[in-house]
Amino acid sequence: MELTLWTYEGPPHVGAIRVAASMRGVHLVLHAPQGDTYADLLFTMIERDGKRPPVTYTTFQARDLGASTAEKFLNTLQAAYDHHKPSLLLVADSCTAELLQDQPGTLAETAGLPVPVVPLEMAAYSRKENWGASETFYHLVRAVLSAQRNAEEKPRDDGSSNRRRTVNLLGPTKLGFRCRDDIQEIQRLLQSVGIGVNVVAPLDADIHDISRIPEADANVCLYPEVALTTCTWLERNFGQPVIRTVPLGFGATQDFLAELAGVLQVDISAEAVADCRLPWYSRSVDSTYLTGKRVFVFGDGMHAMTCARVAQQEMGFEVVGLGTYSREMAREVRAVAKELGIEALITDDHMVVEQAVSELRPELVLGTQMERHIAKRLGIGCAVISTPAHVQDYPARFSPQMGVEGANVLFDTWVHPLIMGLEEHLLHMFRDDFEFNDHAAPSHLSHGEGTLMAVEDTNVVALEGVHWEDGAEKELKKIPFFVRGKAKRNTERYAEEHGLTAIDIETLYEAKAHYSR
Amino acid sequence: MTADVIAVSEVTPERFQPLQERGQRAVFCGLTSIIWLHRKIQDAFFLVVGSRTCAHLIQSAAGVMIFAEPRFGTAVLGDRDLAGMADCHDELDRVVAQVLARRPELKSIFLVGSCPSEVIKLDLDNAAGRLGREYEGQVRFVSFSGSGIETTFTQGEDNCLASLASDLPEDTTSEERLLVVGTVPDIVEDQFRRLFSQLGIEHVDFFPGSQSTDLPAVGGNTKLLLAQPFLGETLRALEGRGATLLPAPFPLGAEGSEAWFRAAANAYGVTVEKQQAVLQPPLQRAKAALGKYHSELSGKSFSMLPDSQLEIPLARFLARECGMTPKEVGTPYFDARVMAEEVPLLPSGVDWVEGQDLDPALDRVRATRPDLTVCGLGIANPLEAEGLRTKWSIELLFTPIQGFEQAGDLAELFARPLRRERALEVGSWS
Ligand code: SF4
Ligand code: SF4
Repeated sequence: MELTLWTYEGPPHVGAIRVAASMRGVHLVLHAPQGDTYADLLFTMIERDGKRPPVTYTTFQARDLGASTAEKFLNTLQAAYDHHKPSLLLVADSCTAELLQDQPGTLAETAGLPVPVVPLEMAAYSRKENWGASETFYHLVRAVLSAQRNAEEKPRDDGSSNRRRTVNLLGPTKLGFRCRDDIQEIQRLLQSVGIGVNVVAPLDADIHDISRIPEADANVCLYPEVALTTCTWLERNFGQPVIRTVPLGFGATQDFLAELAGVLQVDISAEAVADCRLPWYSRSVDSTYLTGKRVFVFGDGMHAMTCARVAQQEMGFEVVGLGTYSREMAREVRAVAKELGIEALITDDHMVVEQAVSELRPELVLGTQMERHIAKRLGIGCAVISTPAHVQDYPARFSPQMGVEGANVLFDTWVHPLIMGLEEHLLHMFRDDFEFNDHAAPSHLSHGEGTLMAVEDTNVVALEGVHWEDGAEKELKKIPFFVRGKAKRNTERYAEEHGLTAIDIETLYEAKAHYSR
Repeated sequence: MTADVIAVSEVTPERFQPLQERGQRAVFCGLTSIIWLHRKIQDAFFLVVGSRTCAHLIQSAAGVMIFAEPRFGTAVLGDRDLAGMADCHDELDRVVAQVLARRPELKSIFLVGSCPSEVIKLDLDNAAGRLGREYEGQVRFVSFSGSGIETTFTQGEDNCLASLASDLPEDTTSEERLLVVGTVPDIVEDQFRRLFSQLGIEHVDFFPGSQSTDLPAVGGNTKLLLAQPFLGETLRALEGRGATLLPAPFPLGAEGSEAWFRAAANAYGVTVEKQQAVLQPPLQRAKAALGKYHSELSGKSFSMLPDSQLEIPLARFLARECGMTPKEVGTPYFDARVMAEEVPLLPSGVDWVEGQDLDPALDRVRATRPDLTVCGLGIANPLEAEGLRTKWSIELLFTPIQGFEQAGDLAELFARPLRRERALEVGSWS
């Protein structure tokens, strides 16, 4: 048993629903009690889907247990088929049904439906949502392709012809982070370098598209949490190489194109990324103030790793913490952290993450919806880079994270919670102006949204057992309010560590010297 | 599985027989009640013993994440727990100790059963007894089921209060006590208290109250007023303690609120003059507030998909006080006893449905195209996308809607989607 207050991922069957909901003509019959139907609202409310996800729940009740849950499953399966007429059915157990051992997969095979039925095993008591999505995608692709395997073994191209190269973009799903926009951006990028997109899946794909996957020259594993298992299987069985670089960030987009060029044996001009504004924006003097800003990065494995690189190399931040809740990606994330000279935080316990953030005292948090809450509580600016995300992270505007435009979006979004460079100087210069007071926040931040007021507000009370002497308190007030909270905290921490009960001006400056780098 | 929905021509308690529908349900499970119960009972922690699904349900159904550390959590069962029952109780003890270490100020812990804990027959009553003895004098342990195989949505509160009922102290005085049963927002509770006191009704308790240590006494002199329409089990448990029910409709709308207060006033022998003097001013205010919505709502049709058990009293309110026309009204289950005073007030010519079969029910909504469909969060946007206007029902549990002063707010909840449709010029819904 594990005490869980908030969870980063849902159960594995939610991953299965994500895959089904992403596709056309696929329906999932889920053996589950009625409460599990809450999953619908993830799609219709968070992602504002105009359709219910294509899932029928058996909604068995206590009175069905023992005798008739299996029968209920079969009836539901038939009714779902009759009503929705899908071209492929997925069947799975939810956590409760797993305990009943009705074996819906085996039952479904006996039902004699005229469409392929793919049974899924969701391992609800050890696995989670992304794993569920990965398993579902893999079993679905395997089921469709195994049926036609050998039938049409396409001769692989020798690389000499001028045939246009194509790739598949694998892994985007509903409820993923900005998948819809990423796909659009990557398609545009590939088109600009003359590479075709054969199939995008699962998002918007149908079974026919899945059957065409082997026709591409390579598979781009865009979202490894969902697609890596499938890509690896395709590599083994269809000899399709896997493009592993995820084009998230300016440098990663260049590397992605380089990897494509190597694997597909084509020339790709550097011009493809020339119109990206991130490099110039980051080099412009206004951005000097971004230098060395302490950043904490947490998310799913892929987003955490790629964003850490952007933060460090492309924004000039200092990544002071990096972690993921994706245990499947722990090894890779640890390696990236090691390169950054830090230790990765691999946990799905948000309380542990909160502890780490409050100890590291970053100036910016790049995280999920959970870290947004943590950051809000600690009075630190935050930008969301990964699921789990809130409805506002599914914006109306085009807002990719990947590719050229994605890099631009990252720059804008991450800078926003920080105070603008010039404005920082002005705040300092005019702090004694009578019209300017401690309650004025930078103009682009509405009240309570940014990092500063919150720092003030959360720190009005001194640490227990530490007393501020008058002189020190007055001195503290002279420090610009946007760094005052930090100065206060540092001083108190310093006093505590040195066993001081009173803080005088001396302590204040000793602490300042101690913490300055 | 599905039969045709038939109209009930004449509504009398005897003849009110909703059509039974069986099939796919789209209702939350009882765990959802924790979202408002934990706000109300401020010294308690709700510990679900369940799966990651259960944890995910509560956090998703709440829609927003409660900013501070929540007073609920899930002890998520893992493969290890399922392997052998023996250590499940040890594990639970460990998790409880963890919760108490983080929050030593807690006075009560509710152990909430889920589908997985019930299927593996983890005995939480037993665990509550054992833990109760272990933490004797510090923390009270109560268990109840919020599982989806036993409960729908608001039934979680019913089970919670029913299990607390046996813990209420025995009333040994000879005074008459009034017990208002069902979670209402604090603002509503305060309004109700003022009116009861103006009516001269003393010894009024609310159950649940904000402190789990401060449980109201109950006994043969206790009279019950139900503030919520989903408390059948709680009612039976309190009757088992000697209390008697004051039959009344629910305090929704001006009419419902008036009848509800009068039920209490009559039972306490409050004179007609005094009742008039106390109840008229808020009643007139409520009517005035509702009057403003009449032109917006009257003549509009609505359907309700089964959700919170509030459907029947709300349909009564919308039909009688807002002039709306119910087409089909579904409710997860029908408790004749609890609804006894509502049924005679219901309009005829409505298709009443008990239970659910989602796909056919949605097809009927598509066919009849009501002006407004009251439904769960999962279904609202899909219906909007098909050109239908909706009101999500969960808001009816999170916002203050009971009593005179909230009658206008209640109408507003239904009027807003319709007003929005008129206000927007971004392409039509239909
Ligand atoms: S229906 Fe059962 S398994 Fe699902 S969330 Fe509710 S209690 Fe948990
Ligand atoms: S506090 Fe803000 S971010 Fe958190 S749930 Fe509410 S709206 Fe979303």
